[in-house]
Amino acid sequence: MNRKVAIQVARYLGVLVCVAIVAFPIYWLFLMAFKTAEEVYAVPPVYFPAEIQFGSFKALFGASDDAKALVNSMIIATFTTVIAMVLGTMCAYSMVRFKTGGNHFAIWIMSQRMLPPIAIVFPLFLAFAFMEILDTFPSIIVVYVAFNLPFVIWMMRGYIEDIPISLEESARIDGCNRWQVLHKVVLPMSRSGIFATAVFTFVFTWNEFVFALVLTNKDIVTYPVQVTGYFAAQQTYWNSVGAMSILGTIPVFLAVVFFQRYLVRGISMGAIKE
Amino acid sequence: MNSTSIPVNQTNQSLLFSDRSFRYWLIAPAVLIILLVGLFPIIYSLVVSVQNITLFDQDYSWHGFIWYEDLWIDERFWESLWHTGLITIIALPVELILGLLLARMFLGDLKGKPIFIAILILPAVICPVVVGAMWRLMFDTRYGPITHILSWIANSPINITWVVDPNWVYPVILIAEIWQWFPFMFLILLAALSNVNTDLTDAAAIDGAGFWATFFRISLPAIWPVMFIAIMIRALDLVRIFDIVFVITKGGPGTLTETTPLYMYITGFHQFETSYTGAMVFSIIVLLSIIVVLALQRVEISR
Repeated sequence: MNRKVAIQVARYLGVLVCVAIVAFPIYWLFLMAFKTAEEVYAVPPVYFPAEIQFGSFKALFGASDDAKALVNSMIIATFTTVIAMVLGTMCAYSMVRFKTGGNHFAIWIMSQRMLPPIAIVFPLFLAFAFMEILDTFPSIIVVYVAFNLPFVIWMMRGYIEDIPISLEESARIDGCNRWQVLHKVVLPMSRSGIFATAVFTFVFTWNEFVFALVLTNKDIVTYPVQVTGYFAAQQTYWNSVGAMSILGTIPVFLAVVFFQRYLVRGISMGAIKE
Repeated sequence: MNSTSIPVNQTNQSLLFSDRSFRYWLIAPAVLIILLVGLFPIIYSLVVSVQNITLFDQDYSWHGFIWYEDLWIDERFWESLWHTGLITIIALPVELILGLLLARMFLGDLKGKPIFIAILILPAVICPVVVGAMWRLMFDTRYGPITHILSWIANSPINITWVVDPNWVYPVILIAEIWQWFPFMFLILLAALSNVNTDLTDAAAIDGAGFWATFFRISLPAIWPVMFIAIMIRALDLVRIFDIVFVITKGGPGTLTETTPLYMYITGFHQFETSYTGAMVFSIIVLLSIIVVLALQRVEISR
């Protein structure tokens, strides 16, 4: 019996240590947003600031207008998610129901997701510069859509496969045309899959750095690029890094926690079925 | 009865599969965009890699495979591959083992489980750039808490310039990378382990199998397909590692932590060696594609 108690104690200790190791650095970075400049660079470091400051947040919305990066990211991630979901679901439906392209097509689609962003961004940069569409919303959204489509198709394929074909057949017999079948049967039946896939697409896009670093520079700078802007040659503006990180993490964290129960399958790219 | 059921079936077939163009209309936009953004860069890289385009020269004529020969003898390129490989072969197993251990600890009743899980989700949704910044701050030589805590434990001021010291820069990068992604492994593996039929593990326990025997003989084989995918996702992310290294060291000190993606970025965007970058991009894409297609075929077969 003693041994069982010891195992339980060890288990709780292990879990708590892991959670603390995960939580502390986040606490530490986020704390920067609420410290004064003196406290940020204080030696020894200040673990609990004397007073909570909100100046860093005010600065983001003030003269520097850095919070615009969050708006840019929101626009880019939202449009990317919607477009990729619509096109990807259509494609996945065709692949499942009509076996369009077969297995080779599916593998080709997925292999596109594996291309290193840094490799494809260089030619894209030159092409966009030539066409003078660098640093514009449509150009980066197209890139993100293309980059997320394979994942959306791969995921939605799995969800659509689970819809019994008999449902679609009855809808057809009842007089629905093809688009109505998609709209009235397939979409409602794969709702949880659509949520999960959309959340992942949104998070990928929101946090993506390489494409954003190269393809945006002034007008539509995104949130990760904005964060790297605070690393100056002489010093780092940790107040701003902290404040920006908090504002940038909240949307994705809320989305993930809110849709948590749908996400298990998505995180393993469909390998775990609920 | 029999004679009527067969025509119904045939009608369904014709209803669903009659309009041949419909299915191609469905895939057309997706394929078009993927081709536009995915295929163009590969072709472009291939074309410029056999031309002579550098910062000083804009020669679009056939230049042979000189850039590939240069790449073959470029020590910096081979070293960058080695750095990338080093990070991958250390981070991947550590993430996997930590994730597996933690997942095993979370199996069964645990007070506060939802809160713990919510905290453990955080690293996976935080932007890698922010994670890089976070660990740069944690390891700051002067005002970083790690320096402070270690000095306190050692009871004497320690003076390590973490991200500049050749002995310590890799541990810092690895800690940041592992910290961000072992919770991801944990989440996948916990979901997979929770799906393992407890009847089997209970039966094994009753038959006298020990904890480890049960784990290795029953749980591990049951979660293997999921684990394989998780390992593949992470391996592919790791060989593309850019964000965290970019923020923590930018490849420094010198080129000691320069990964291949970082080297491509520097040749392309700092040195403007268009042709040379093209040759590197094309070589890497070919190499990765072969590996990915082979791995995906395995998954597809097991699906």
